[in-house]
Amino acid sequence: MLRIDNLSAWYGEAQVLREVSLDVAAGEVVTLVGRNGAGKSTLLRCVMGLHPGQRGTVTLDGADLTRLPAYKRARLGLGWVPDDRGAYATLTVTENLTLPPRVGPDPWPLERVYEAFPALYSRRDSAATMLSGGEQQMLALARVLRMGARLLLCDEPTEGLSPLLVQQVGDLLREAKQHGVTVLLVEQNLHFATGVADRHYLLAEGRIAEAMDNSEVRSRERELLAYLGI
Amino acid sequence: MSGFLQNTFNGLVGGAFYALLALGLAVIFGMLRVVNFAHGALYMLGAFGAYVLLAEAGVPFWAALVIMPLALGLLGMVLERAVIHRLTRLDPLYNFLLTFGLTLILQDLVKSRYGIQSSPYATPTELSGSVDFGLFDFPTYRVFILGFTVLLCVGVWWVLGRTRVGMVVRAATERPELTRAFGIDVGKWVTPVFGFGIALAGLAGVLAAPMRAVNPLMGADLIIVVFAVVVIGGLGSIFGSVAAGFGIGLIQAWGEAYLSDFPIVSQTVVFVVMAAVLLWRPAGLFGREEAPA
Repeated sequence: MLRIDNLSAWYGEAQVLREVSLDVAAGEVVTLVGRNGAGKSTLLRCVMGLHPGQRGTVTLDGADLTRLPAYKRARLGLGWVPDDRGAYATLTVTENLTLPPRVGPDPWPLERVYEAFPALYSRRDSAATMLSGGEQQMLALARVLRMGARLLLCDEPTEGLSPLLVQQVGDLLREAKQHGVTVLLVEQNLHFATGVADRHYLLAEGRIAEAMDNSEVRSRERELLAYLGI
Repeated sequence: MSGFLQNTFNGLVGGAFYALLALGLAVIFGMLRVVNFAHGALYMLGAFGAYVLLAEAGVPFWAALVIMPLALGLLGMVLERAVIHRLTRLDPLYNFLLTFGLTLILQDLVKSRYGIQSSPYATPTELSGSVDFGLFDFPTYRVFILGFTVLLCVGVWWVLGRTRVGMVVRAATERPELTRAFGIDVGKWVTPVFGFGIALAGLAGVLAAPMRAVNPLMGADLIIVVFAVVVIGGLGSIFGSVAAGFGIGLIQAWGEAYLSDFPIVSQTVVFVVMAAVLLWRPAGLFGREEAPA
């Protein structure tokens, strides 16, 4: 579904991605793990079309995205879950959910979103930044599900969440996967990653250092945690 | 008591102009991150346009009130497409300098054609005379300005707060990049929003024509205070700009009435307020600290 070929990216003079190639099949959940600064978030931003200094190609179902602006990529079915959760202070919770157009074959109706997230329903007319961190994360995920996005780009959705909320995020991603949604996930929490993902890429200094499956990550968990500095 | 009420009313009328101009600056800054220094000159063009339309073509005030905002809104959209949008990727200083240059060009064009003396513009007959408020009389035209501006601000607030278009503009103003990532073509909205902000300046200009001296420098005198208003309200804050506009109008009117023995104080009180607000709340009264891109 998603294919990245020889992707390089720069911040000014500094190169943060070096000829990264990877692919994600439809319905797969794939994580990117790596130390801070390894280029994980930049990779997601490149796929979304938010990073200006890049070279290489990104294709979605065979269609070349490389020259498309971010808004057109979103309309092709990319769902952006940013690391800061992207809650708008000047929009209510409902407006945050309904801002993006519906882009996929299976967008969640608002009623279904509120059924799944009663906490959001009870705060539906509040400014989204008044929500707790966990609620904002749920909002970010609910927003891309309501869009009907086919490929979710999630940047550390569990960061700073309590174990209970981490579990909820996991349940949500697994449910989305069951409905055929594809997910590319940046994640530091290896336990969480092996619980939701099919495969993993270890990113180091802007390169794909290793591709691993769940059993490999589990068996090398101690080594990987030490490497990641967690 | 009636003196106080009269000063208050005058302050609100003066504030109405600040509010209209600051509102335009706020939507433009919010969406484009451009500090439009030419806003005062475009206000002047609104007033001058009304004057020229009446003096040379007999077009009455009411028609000018429609024609000039539309014409200047269109000019604004052309300016945005032709020049401003080319500089938005650079340091904001470039557009500040560009619009400063535009100000000088517009002022001098008008000056070379009409000179620097003020031109009279008669109050439309329907709005001449005064309204009796019991404790004091107040010119009908000023009552009209206040009512019209309040209605307009409420209308803009309603559109921004209650419609899909307003929601998109708010989102794009707050987080342009994020909003693009949610499938919204933010660029499509930039030109109309710029035009709308300029149209408000043109409208304020037409409203000012019967009340203020119409001359090429009328905008230059005003724009500095309007910048202070925008900063006090919080850069890019729609509500803040309107509230601060009326607030500064009041403070100025009271200052002129009760501190007239200390002209230095009454002339600088706006900037003292601005400094105090900035020390207390660096992002302005209703502004937010810049969110990360």
